[in-house]
Amino acid sequence: MGRITLDKVTKRFGDVEVIPPLDLTIEDGEFVVFVGPSGCGKSTLLRLIAGLEDVSGGQIRIDSKDATDLPPAKRGLAMVFQSYALYPHMSVRKNIAFPLKMAKMDQAEIDRRVDNAAKVLNLDSYIDRRPGQLSGGQRQRVAIGRAIVREPSAFLFDEPLSNLDAALRVGMRLEISELHERLKTTMVYVTHDQVEAMTMADKIVVLQAGVIEQVGSPLELYHTPRNKFVAGFIGSPKMNFIEGETAAQHGAHTIGIRPEHLTASATEGLWKGTVSVSEHLGSDTFLHVHETGLAESITVRVGGEFPVRHGDTVYLTPEADKIHRFDEKGLRIA
Amino acid sequence: MATQHSRAAARIMMAPAVILLLGWMLVPLTMTLYFSFKNYLPLRGGDLGWAGFENYTRFVTSSSFWPSILTTLIIVGGVLFITVVFGVLLALLLDRPMWGQGIVRILVIAPFFVMPTVSALVWKNMFMDPTNGLFAHLWRAFGAQPVEWMSQASLPSIIIIVSWQWLPFATLILLTAIQSLDGEQLEASEMDGAPALKRFWYIILPHLSRAITVVILIQTIFLLAVFAEIFVTTGGAFGTKTLSYLIFQRVLESQNIGLGSAGGVYAIILANIIAIFLMRIVGKNLDN
Repeated sequence: MGRITLDKVTKRFGDVEVIPPLDLTIEDGEFVVFVGPSGCGKSTLLRLIAGLEDVSGGQIRIDSKDATDLPPAKRGLAMVFQSYALYPHMSVRKNIAFPLKMAKMDQAEIDRRVDNAAKVLNLDSYIDRRPGQLSGGQRQRVAIGRAIVREPSAFLFDEPLSNLDAALRVGMRLEISELHERLKTTMVYVTHDQVEAMTMADKIVVLQAGVIEQVGSPLELYHTPRNKFVAGFIGSPKMNFIEGETAAQHGAHTIGIRPEHLTASATEGLWKGTVSVSEHLGSDTFLHVHETGLAESITVRVGGEFPVRHGDTVYLTPEADKIHRFDEKGLRIA
Repeated sequence: MATQHSRAAARIMMAPAVILLLGWMLVPLTMTLYFSFKNYLPLRGGDLGWAGFENYTRFVTSSSFWPSILTTLIIVGGVLFITVVFGVLLALLLDRPMWGQGIVRILVIAPFFVMPTVSALVWKNMFMDPTNGLFAHLWRAFGAQPVEWMSQASLPSIIIIVSWQWLPFATLILLTAIQSLDGEQLEASEMDGAPALKRFWYIILPHLSRAITVVILIQTIFLLAVFAEIFVTTGGAFGTKTLSYLIFQRVLESQNIGLGSAGGVYAIILANIIAIFLMRIVGKNLDN
């Protein structure tokens, strides 16, 4: 079981309110991702759940028991840190066994669990090495191993992939998702990378300045962002925002259109502009179009090969039913 | 960078420093070796010719030789123990955020800047004097008979004085080591269910092991040569004669340069044995 409920949880550092009263429910077995720009309070929120920070107000319930004042060790949660926080003077085996040793479990049970974790995470080949002799990805696995042996009611991940290189990150992302499928344990995952959020989450919590902007499944957030912030944060490349007369024609203060919902043509279209940079990724090409008179720059996704160069004229047409409309406050107009 | 030419130039430019250091070390060493084989009594006839190994046998067979080695080891060991244990505790304390941290840290470092002679005199006269010392007043306040520190507890007194001087050094090095500990490791161990004492034992202490070996190594080198503290307090009496003090007595009080030099050679051998021993431990500790 691992149902975590935050009830009007508040955090203040001195006079600064980092997290205004916040309500959130994380269901048992869910993979929840906290995502937001740096400094949005997502890590603080995770640390509040972990018990590494004291709440200034409100209540945290884990499996409907009040955990607000429980020390971290008593909450039954395990955490994977950004720096992995492995103990450098202990071997991988001892690192993983450490929480069990602290729980005064008997040696046979410790060995059984450590061997099991080693098998699950494929770290048999370096179980007797020290963290200093491991690569980033291996350390990551050990950190996860140390978390799973405790059989916690929920896992907390604090930007676990941000120290890995791009290729490894994609691999570990898959591994963590698979681990979740296998263990079916609640996971709370903090990241600033919206791609990680979109690919891994059952439920995404978008945070800005300690406030929850929207909670929903990845596709919900993609298709019906509640406001301009969520619309701009979810999706890559970013949504284009157009203000002024064009927006007024659609009865909105601002309209948003994603790069993938625009079609580009060299001959005809609704909006005319000049290509500034075209980025070829092989499967896709992203055009950055200037001088449209709509916004400073508009990004368009076109197919793999689209023969335009810097300075060429291009015509853009939005898909009418994929236009997002926002009012003066940036809220979505249904 | 490392072309033939630049390497030759580097050698030429380093030569003066190397020659100076070599001379600095070799001249006294050869002179000590030379005198140790001489029968040289400045006030009783001067240079009386070669003595063979007589000085060496006389120095070792003297009744004060083994006690002096033991005293040296007790002082070094005692001071190391006190400075490391209290250094770790003080460093833990000073690492905590507190009011007036800057001033407190300066106060803690202060004893290191007091000259050994001065601090020994201050301790001897202000704290340990059996009639006017602060300790004597304290003892009397409880109705106890004041301790005559310098005669009744001579070795502990010297160990206390020397420890007081070296504690700041140990604290400072251990404090910087504690500050370099990754906070996430402590948080991770907290989540893993380790209470404060176990966090200290399993996380902080292993992290400090490297700094502790450095403290032990550096302090041992200096503590083997402790002299001023003994000279101004007990003057080598009441079983406080260390090896270096014994050499001083042979050379200056008995005016026997040959015998003292032989003692000096023994001191070099002792220091080297300890150094090799320590280097092994340090090497082991610095490797991983």
